[in-house]
Amino acid sequence: LRKNVEDFTGPRERSDLGFVTFDITADILNGKNGFPTFLNKNALIIFDWNVKQLFLYLSAEYSTKNNALNQVVLWDKIMLRGDNPRLSLKDMKSKYFFFDDGNGLKGNRNITLTLSWNVVPNAGILPLVTGSGRVSVPFPDTYETTKSY
Amino acid sequence: QLYYQVLNFAMIVSSALMIWKGLIVVTGSESPIVVVLSGSMEPAFHRGDLLFLTNFQHDPIRAGEIVVFKVEGRDIPIVHRVIKVHEKGNGNIKFLTKGDNNEVDDRGLYKEGQNWLEKKDVVGRARGFLPYVGMVTIIMNDYPKFKYALLAVMGAYVLLKRES
Repeated sequence: LRKNVEDFTGPRERSDLGFVTFDITADILNGKNGFPTFLNKNALIIFDWNVKQLFLYLSAEYSTKNNALNQVVLWDKIMLRGDNPRLSLKDMKSKYFFFDDGNGLKGNRNITLTLSWNVVPNAGILPLVTGSGRVSVPFPDTYETTKSY
Repeated sequence: QLYYQVLNFAMIVSSALMIWKGLIVVTGSESPIVVVLSGSMEPAFHRGDLLFLTNFQHDPIRAGEIVVFKVEGRDIPIVHRVIKVHEKGNGNIKFLTKGDNNEVDDRGLYKEGQNWLEKKDVVGRARGFLPYVGMVTIIMNDYPKFKYALLAVMGAYVLLKRES
């Protein structure tokens, strides 16, 4: 379950720059992402004997006039074996600048944020898994000129 | 007897070559097995780890994937993660990478004036890995005498092996 508050400042170098603050609640151990899923019953074990770490990342996916598909990673975290698998982060700012390739953020109603992770084994296959929750975020129609970030 | 041994040696070399070339075709990558050379992806990958790549063109590049790429004009493959993707309707993709262990993205590593990578720069995507195994290659590179010694030993073994 995530709440988002967006400010929107730009343009810089004639590209839109978006600001998003977010909360992340995730229960990686049980494969839940704040949303009930069928995995509940199986108590899926993500950190099994062959998992060294998880590389988690929050990515924003959206379409613009310029580009049919855009994906920008806003935040990432390395979760080592033995770390607390339950995340409860509040009021996080994005780690990386959310630049669009052009001016496609203004007035864009549908930015989808998803939490995914890369399972890094001790040896073997490297799968990419997407969490089961996603949030859709709209950006306002106007630029903000005062920095409230 | 000598004729047989030469044939034996040639068979081994050509089989190894066929397996390697076959792997290149099956994975679609010019270099399907690479060794990690730097610590920029720690703690996931360390120097000396071996990576197995595929490079299927129909598989689009997506954020979060680990790609191995070469900067235009340089021969060294770099293993980093994709953090930004912008894809046009016609399938043209440009993307930005960053090493997990680096503070900043890879723009400093790209060519002068280059801000994005494209499909053509990609050697492959990391699908699997084995730790430490690639150290042999690094040792052979840093200590060429070791490489020659190893080749000499292998050659001598094959040539001197006798049928019982």
